[in-house]
This record gives sequence, structure tokens and C-alpha cells, in this order.
Amino acid sequence: MGLAFNNKKKKKRRDGDDVIILDKVSKTYTTGVPALNEVSLKIRKGEFVFIVGDSGSGKSTLIKLLLRELTPTGGRVVVNGSDVSRLKHRQVPKFRRNLGIVFQDFRLLNDRNVYENVAFAQRVVLTPSKQIRRNVSRALAMVGLAGKYKAKTKQLSGGEQQRVALARALVNDPPILLADEPTGNLDPKNSWDIMKLLEKINTDKGTTILVVTHNREIVNAMQKRVITMKKGVVVSDEEKGGYIDED
Amino acid sequence: MRISTFFYTLKQGVVNIFRNKWFSLASIATISACLFLFGLFYAVIANFQNMIKDAEEKVSLTVFFDETLSREEIEQAGEQIRQREEVSRIEFVSADQAWAEWAPKNLPEGWDEVYLENPLVGSDNYEIYLKDVSLQQEFVVWLESLPQVRDVRRSEMVATTLTGVNAIVAYVSLGIIAILLAVSVFLISNTVVIGISVRKEEIAIMKYIGATDFFVRSPFVIEGILIGLVGSGIPLAAIYVLYQKAIEYVALEFPALTGLMQFLPVEGLFHTLLPIALGLGAGIGFLGSFITVRKHLRV
Repeated sequence: MGLAFNNKKKKKRRDGDDVIILDKVSKTYTTGVPALNEVSLKIRKGEFVFIVGDSGSGKSTLIKLLLRELTPTGGRVVVNGSDVSRLKHRQVPKFRRNLGIVFQDFRLLNDRNVYENVAFAQRVVLTPSKQIRRNVSRALAMVGLAGKYKAKTKQLSGGEQQRVALARALVNDPPILLADEPTGNLDPKNSWDIMKLLEKINTDKGTTILVVTHNREIVNAMQKRVITMKKGVVVSDEEKGGYIDED
Repeated sequence: MRISTFFYTLKQGVVNIFRNKWFSLASIATISACLFLFGLFYAVIANFQNMIKDAEEKVSLTVFFDETLSREEIEQAGEQIRQREEVSRIEFVSADQAWAEWAPKNLPEGWDEVYLENPLVGSDNYEIYLKDVSLQQEFVVWLESLPQVRDVRRSEMVATTLTGVNAIVAYVSLGIIAILLAVSVFLISNTVVIGISVRKEEIAIMKYIGATDFFVRSPFVIEGILIGLVGSGIPLAAIYVLYQKAIEYVALEFPALTGLMQFLPVEGLFHTLLPIALGLGAGIGFLGSFITVRKHLRV
């Protein structure tokens, strides 16, 4: 399925299906230490991919490049057909509307209720009010929180808060969902629930899903494509792969 | 912009004020304090300038004409003077009128038995009041160039002093107002920085979701403008009440002063102060929030 330039299993594929392309991407911060060093990989539409690696391996930099929070110092990052280095500041909001993002710390607006948090993403893209009500109800139903739309986020468990974040990420129907350590703050049961939910979204809606994680059990159990990074380079890219130990 | 988005932004601006009520109160208090000082200062300056203007209006020139001129010719010259733009008011004083006014005040009793005829014959004159006393010198040069004019009498010192005082008051007031405004913008900017820092996370989330700079900025800017308007409304109300009380107090306790100086009515004062203070409050709030939120938009 997916193909990286450094991977072990290479298959024939069509470039037109790639929604994420990294071509010899490097990123060096002002300290001079390269966070990414000539990383090349391609992710196809509808894929479910894990990105694993230790702290400092370049995973977070990769996500920031995909979000266009950073621009590469070398190479090319193409997301949904847009070269992120060429995007002007005013074009970034529209570009990001095609990306759903979920963080480890949920990043919810704690002074608003569940409904408002999800509706917030729709308001940002100027969706008409009637449509917001319909879309938010559907997104909350999808993550199993239809009955809690009035609850304040602080009253929810960690797993539920992550579901709200997921509903917010999905309500605009993005073709790509980026999840940065989505289970990092959750217990094993909730972690599994979130992963199953992501898998369901991937299967049912065809959303391309990229999950950055440290969760060995989940990665090994789910048998998805696994890209392993170490010190800013891709050291492994396997279909139905597993978590590679450092040793 | 959709109407629903406009109302959402407006609502968020109002909600922001209540959500961060302590910061909002701090901002309102800062703007109120600065604009209260501004308002007080403005009231003093406006009254002072009003008094100077009154004094200027009482400064007159007296112009005498060639003794051979007939009354009709003098009136024609008077009409010529009246047409000048600098002239606020002009009054004809005949020689008889001048003598009748001057003699009883300055001569011992029985003067009318000594002076059987008016010694001021041929002294028909005009008293001229100017709109702006600083124009006196130029105007006198013009008057003296008229062939009918014999002499022009004026108080050079009064005119110069009033013009000087007026200029000093204008410069000092401009300086103090500029300092007050700079202090306001600095204090507001600081308060807004703290307020926005608290909401840095919210701004970051908006940006990640795909909000435009305009969408992110609008509620903060509306919040800033509303805080500015409330912050200027409070001192305006306070000054309105205090000013009226002050005028009443002076009139009651120092009646002698009311003869010397004429206070501006509160409506007259607020005719200018109200739009200036509201504009300043909204402007300070707008600038403070616009500049500050800009720093947090680069996500």
C-alpha cells in the first residue's frame, strides 16, 4: 500500500493517490541540530499509518510541517496537492481546513460545553447555523457522545474529552486526520476505544489517518503501516508492521 | 462576512469581556482613569480658553477720522470697516456721546458750567472689536492706510499678552493631552497583553482548525472597542455630574467670581468632549487589542 523511499517493502503505486508527499525533507532549527534529515515518504488516500519513534526522532517536527506550523529548510512537503512551502500566510487557514488534528492534551475550550467545542470548528469555517446543528449532532453521534452535548468538558473523563476533540477534528469532514499522541493521556481501555474509533472512521469514511504514538501494544496489535523514525530519518516503513525496539 | 458570523463575533466579544471579567475590569478602570483625567483637563482648558475669548472680545480699537469729514462720509468708512472679515462688532460713538460719557467721570462737579461747548468736536469715532485679538497689528496697518483715518488707538500690551497666554495654554494642553494618551495606550496595551496571553491556547486552537486572522482577531478587537466605550462612558458620566456640581458650588459660594468669569454650560462642554472621549476610548481599545492579538497570530 503506502511506500517510503527507505522502506523494506516496495510496491507499485499510483502517485495520484498520494495525499501526503515528503520529498527529501530536512528541517534544521536555529540551534543547528537537524530535526529531520532528507526524509522522503508518501501516504496514500485512505491509509491508516502509525509514526513511531523515540523522543527527538522528528515525529513532532513532521506533524508541524504537515500542519504548516513550520516550513522545511530543504525538500518539499505536499499535502492534499499543496506544497506547504509555497503557501502564503493568508492561504494557510484554507489549507488547514482539510486537516483534522487531535492532540495528546485534547486542547478543548474548557469554558464551553461539548456542543460549543465541536461547533467552534464549524464556525471557524463559516458554516451556516442550521448546518452546524446538524453536523455537530452527527459528529457527536459518531464518537458516542450524542447524549453529553450539554456537558462542560471538565466534567468528562479523559477518554470522553479525547472523543470531543475527535468530533471537533472530524466535523468539517477533512480528508486527512493527524493525531499527535492521541492516547498519551489515556488509560489502556480508553486508548483502545479511541484507536478503534479512528479505525472505524478510516474504514467508514475513507479518511486518511496519521497517528504519532508511543503505544507499543496498540501499534503491534492493529497491524497497520508503521513508519519508524530515529534521529530525524525514517529507519523503517512496513505494511502491517510493528513497534521496533531500540535495542 | 455572513450576518450570523458578524453576530457570533459580536457575541464572542461580549462573552470574552465576562469570561475574563477581572482583566476587563482592569482595562475599563485604566481607560476610565486616563479619560477622567483627560476630561477634567479638557474642562479646565475649555473654560480657560472661553475666558480668554471673552477677554479678547472686550479688547477694542478706537478709530478717529479726518475732522473735515461729514457724518455721512464717516458712516461710509465705518461700513467699509464692518465688511472686513476680522471684525466681530463695530460701534459708532459720536463726539457728543463721548463727551457726555467721559466728562462726568473725569471732571470735577460744575464742569458743565465751565465747558459750555463740547471740546471733543470732530472726534466722532468707531469702536472696533476683533474676532481674534492676535490679528490686531495687521488690522491696524490696514486701518492706518485708509485716507479718511486720522488716528487709531489700541492697547498693544493687552493684545500681545492675551495672544501669548492663549498660545501657551494651547501648547501646554496639547503636551499634557499627548502624554495622557500615550500613558493610556501603554497601560491598555499591557492589560490587553495579559488578557490575551491567558487565551493564547484558544487562539492556537482556532488557528489549527483553520480560522483566518480576521476571524481570530475580530472578537478581541470588538472586546477592546467595547471595553474602550464603557471605559470612556464612566468618566464622562462622572464629569457630567461633577462639572454641574462645581458650577453650582462656585455660583453659590463665590458669587463674586461669576462676574469675573463665565463658565461654559455643561451641554457646551460635552458637545465636544463626548465625541472626543468616546472616540478616544474606542480608539485606544481598538489599537491595544489589534496590535496585541497580532503577536499571537503566527501559529
